Amino acid sequence: MADATAVGYDLVVVGTSWGGLSALRTLVAALPSSFRMAVTLVQHRHKDSDHVLRALLQEGSPLEVSEVEDKMPLEAGHVYVAPPDYHTLVEPGYFSLSTEAPVRYSRPSIDVTFSSAADAYAHRAVGVILTGANADGALGLRRISDRGGLALVQDPKSAESGTMPAAAQRAVPRARVMSLPDIAAYLATLPAGSPERVDA
Amino acid sequence: MAVPVSEGQSLPGPPLAYDADLERLEIELLLEGVYRHYGFDFRSYAYASIRRRLWKRVDGEGLTSISGLQARILHDADAMERLLLDLSVNVTAMFRDPSFYKEFRERVVPLLRTYPFIRIWHAGCSTGEEVFSMAILLEEEGLYDRARLYATDINDVVLQRARQGIFPLDRMQEYTENYLRAGGTRSFSEYYTAKYDGALFTPTLTRNIVFSQHNLVTDRSFSEFHVIFCRNVLIYFDKTLQNRVHSLFYDSLVMFGVLALGSKESLKFSKYEPCYDKLSVSEKLYRKVR
Repeated sequence: MADATAVGYDLVVVGTSWGGLSALRTLVAALPSSFRMAVTLVQHRHKDSDHVLRALLQEGSPLEVSEVEDKMPLEAGHVYVAPPDYHTLVEPGYFSLSTEAPVRYSRPSIDVTFSSAADAYAHRAVGVILTGANADGALGLRRISDRGGLALVQDPKSAESGTMPAAAQRAVPRARVMSLPDIAAYLATLPAGSPERVDA
Repeated sequence: MAVPVSEGQSLPGPPLAYDADLERLEIELLLEGVYRHYGFDFRSYAYASIRRRLWKRVDGEGLTSISGLQARILHDADAMERLLLDLSVNVTAMFRDPSFYKEFRERVVPLLRTYPFIRIWHAGCSTGEEVFSMAILLEEEGLYDRARLYATDINDVVLQRARQGIFPLDRMQEYTENYLRAGGTRSFSEYYTAKYDGALFTPTLTRNIVFSQHNLVTDRSFSEFHVIFCRNVLIYFDKTLQNRVHSLFYDSLVMFGVLALGSKESLKFSKYEPCYDKLSVSEKLYRKVR
């Protein structure tokens, strides 16, 4: 396994469902303006939801927050929100969208984004599972961990809904379990690489 | 708490020890084989998505590797047919993104009224949900009798389905809501009859639709159009192929013709952006201006 600390992490992918809005606001607001990884947020939401999530997150953050569009480049220190009713796939250096069938009733599917991030960024990806009332993301987080990336899970006891983090914890026993504020603080201490490079 | 993740469960995908470079080589060889043997060119498709679909087919065929799938499809045309469906069927809906159709009524319909005859191309129409939606919209705007809708797709199987005009009955409630929010002026149920578990759309809707096979990757333009719809099709192409298809669209549009893309697609990341003006702030409607 390659030593990630030698090159840094390029990409953080965050998956959440029930209770996710409040958790994402806390997480994103806690990331400092000097944060250099690309952050991709996948939250289950209704297919007709508009840009409110992006706007709310932008309010609390010095980092630029965008909703993903097809082939949008991944840039350091940017926060990206997966759009509703599409799967968001990570390619080396940019995003691709897909309208393939929902996976376990979800589109966006956290598993789909996480496994594509694992494949494109391997040991330079960080996966984070937050509050949620289903098990989406557990297998994707395992893929990230198996490929040498870092797996973080919100402490199910402190999460608004502990089902999703508990499932992730079971699927990835070596994942680090932390409170939400600790996750944000920990991410800020990790060495950052550069998501734009395409030599993954 | 019942959590449906067991130890043995996994996502369709390569085994852990898989070498990423080797996997890419296997995928490229398979796509080359499909192209040379069957003529379907998926070589410039977006990698992450095609890779996901290939591994799903590997799983579906009870195989364990991309190379195994390559051998299977080259020798078994039925397996190729199944793969082709995996690669080309995209999940869509009638009046998908109702706000788009509303905006189309408000911004594009007035432009279309100025033409004596209207040619519209639905590129990559899949099973036809969007074409039927447009036929309904134009009918209600009194424009359908002077319109011709050219609905094309690479896959003949989905075109056959589109031609029948039968859609799943259990989606009619969703489509009715979409239709109303899209600015529909009648009762949606006027347009179909329920039969078994299908909704058969009135054949008068297809009177001005021409369905035909067309390959965006290899075929050329076949007419000049006033509107081109290509929504959520280009997302499956890589950037090089996207640019090539944009050049095909540009050549196929009349001056001041309209290009309609999916709501999360953008000309921003293509080199054709300077050739178009935005017709709408909220929807991906562009007008060719130079």
